[in-house]
Amino acid sequence: MATGFHGVGAAVAALSSSPSNSFDSKKLLCSPRRSFPVRKGASFVADRSDGSVNLDLNPKARRAQQLIVNAVANKADSSPASSSSKPGHELLLFEALREGLEEEMDRDPRVCVMGEDVGHYGGSYKVTRGLAEKFGDLRVLDTPIAENSFTGMGIGAAMTGLRPVVEGMNMGFLLLAFNQISNNCGMLHYTSGGQFTIPIVIRGPGGVGRQLGAEHSQRLESYFQSIPGIQMVACSTPYNAKGLMKAAIRSENPVILFEHVLLYNLKERIPDEDYICNLEEAEMVRPGEHVTILTYSRMRYHVMQAAKTLVNKGYDPEVIDIRSLKPFDLHTIGNSVKKTHRVLIVEECMRTGGIGASLTAAITENFHDYLDTPIMCLSSQDVPTPYAGTLEEWTVVQPAQIVTAVEQLCK
Amino acid sequence: MALSYLRSSSSRSVNLLKPLSSSLPLRRPISTDTTPITVETSVPFTSHQCDAPSCSVETNPKELLTFFRDMALMRRMEIAADSLYKAKLIRGFCHLYDGQEAVAVGMEAAITKKDCIITAYRDHCTFIGRGGTLLEVFAELMGRQAGCSKGKGGSMHFYKKDSNFYGGHGIVGAQVPLGCGLAFAQKYSKDETVTFALYGDGAANQGQLFEALNISALWDLPAILVCENNHYGMGTAEWRAAKSPAYYKRGDYVPGLKVDGMDALAVKQACKFAKEHALKNGPIILEMDTYRYHGHSMSDPGSTYRTRDEISGVRQERDPIERIRKLILSHDLATEKELKDIEKEVRKEVDDTITQAKESPMPEPSELFTNVYAKGLGVESFGADRKEVRATLP
Repeated sequence: MATGFHGVGAAVAALSSSPSNSFDSKKLLCSPRRSFPVRKGASFVADRSDGSVNLDLNPKARRAQQLIVNAVANKADSSPASSSSKPGHELLLFEALREGLEEEMDRDPRVCVMGEDVGHYGGSYKVTRGLAEKFGDLRVLDTPIAENSFTGMGIGAAMTGLRPVVEGMNMGFLLLAFNQISNNCGMLHYTSGGQFTIPIVIRGPGGVGRQLGAEHSQRLESYFQSIPGIQMVACSTPYNAKGLMKAAIRSENPVILFEHVLLYNLKERIPDEDYICNLEEAEMVRPGEHVTILTYSRMRYHVMQAAKTLVNKGYDPEVIDIRSLKPFDLHTIGNSVKKTHRVLIVEECMRTGGIGASLTAAITENFHDYLDTPIMCLSSQDVPTPYAGTLEEWTVVQPAQIVTAVEQLCK
Repeated sequence: MALSYLRSSSSRSVNLLKPLSSSLPLRRPISTDTTPITVETSVPFTSHQCDAPSCSVETNPKELLTFFRDMALMRRMEIAADSLYKAKLIRGFCHLYDGQEAVAVGMEAAITKKDCIITAYRDHCTFIGRGGTLLEVFAELMGRQAGCSKGKGGSMHFYKKDSNFYGGHGIVGAQVPLGCGLAFAQKYSKDETVTFALYGDGAANQGQLFEALNISALWDLPAILVCENNHYGMGTAEWRAAKSPAYYKRGDYVPGLKVDGMDALAVKQACKFAKEHALKNGPIILEMDTYRYHGHSMSDPGSTYRTRDEISGVRQERDPIERIRKLILSHDLATEKELKDIEKEVRKEVDDTITQAKESPMPEPSELFTNVYAKGLGVESFGADRKEVRATLP
């Protein structure tokens, strides 16, 4: 199983080492048969891994363009566009995760990492590479293949004040630890009357990859979302991956950090200095006027790709990466809904009982008066992910479907 | 270690002294007598992959009387809980520990409050042993604010963080990986303390137990897994649930010790031995051969899968309180009357506490939403905890 993952990593790495390295993410996500829509509309070029588009329409967008580091929604409107931004450093998403983890381990001796093959092997997605050599075997622990018990052990250690970071090699394997996560991790703070906090971080890659098969392509956000007491976040860019990792480790609550198998090789320039991302905040990827598109994780890139086509066609979508899956950042989302009055949710979760279903309910309950049309939710099909590439492609939402949906919404 | 029993010390020692001084002015006060007495345990230890400790246990009159009082208190408390349940003041699940008190008191005698204990849902007496008060127990059972978990946990969720009692868990077997995690944290912080993870003969067949045991042995964690074998997993006898009911041997590569769990002194000896072993050599399994008089929980009469003769037989021959009583009387440490007085006093204490607990109010409705997160989350955005580095823009 480990070799399989390594193979995927290698294939993806091979893709990303092409000469035009700024198009990493595009090559990743486009199927070979599709032509780059970017080339057609020559008035703009996407040259960032986060897919933000350089438009001259909106000064805010331009500011976001220059300050690539400003991936967090700019609540404090007073902060000016700084042209003297510090030169950051470029790295891939898994390196950003590692950097965040390493910095937190340096900062707080109570942080430790547990997982399968995280130590000597360096992590099946290289997120923990080098940490075992630096911090030793007691802080970066290779566990046997026993998810239920090592997650339980992480929670037990967290009860005493340690801050473990538990890695599931694939999120799907954490189903074996569901009892520990639901009953112990989520509920102990409540059932002990506040005596114990569980500052644990559970992280791992999930989502549909490249023909990994049904069991290795699961999206567990939907299963974990009703566990009371946990927080869930999903990272999508190197900037927010590092920021969310650090914030999750520092949080006193149990946090589940969802990564995506296909996003590990995204490249971005991130700041040198210490920063964290707010755990409960959504990210404004592209401000707009016509429709609010809510998305997270990998689907953000599909949405940005569709956004290019949409802008071509004259629409102005507002794209928000919700990042915080539990609780939802209804503040940012609400403001957006009040502006555009149309909502499209694009997610990779399953149609039934997914994040999109909850989000639809939350928005309808809170912002019903501001909606001009019913909320549209594009999710993955309610099927086990097939192996065949063509079928797998159509399990998840494709940019063409997003474009059609927006057109329908804005009719 | 006896400090934990001095929580109502002033009244107790005074009460014990009063009858002594009035009846026999020449008898030395036993509540502070620590002259060692050596007692032989009646049932020898059986060991697996290790050398059994000796059967001679060091104790002293003070400790024996503390054992007696604490076990009497626990017994009374459980029986009172039984009545409260039948009076519908306690609802839901109520798993009673009477018959097994020797495990709780014996263990406490061998360890400090810095060592961690974690157990399953039969936790009322273990909580008392760890220093919990009767009021906290009864209030929590009745769902009142004065309870140890503020009424939000219930019978199966007793915790006491300041004396390292980690609960209190409803899902069978799930506490064992948590316990190994506690041991990991102890090793990580180099505390020189150990963790006792208690589970039952029913939970001994859970896979996560062996997973956690494997990891503990691999990483040399100071974890002591204690199987409180009361021979029945709810309604299923151990021979019907386990191919190999020798639970102390189940660890295979991990040493094990089988202990007479109805003998508080044997339990104390075994726990002392286990603590020394765990600090040097890693995990060890203790199997406490014990018995519960009540059914599995209050909804289980306890007689459909075992005969009343069996229950009364054990009560006559192996009752832990009777054993200590005989020991005290044979060593002339107290008279029958004094012991009966202790029991009466304990009974009164329990009754008074129940009255007090009944007066404690129910939790406020707003308590429904407190303690879900370590810091309340609304729909507004909050920063990450620690407040040292907020999200800054360059």
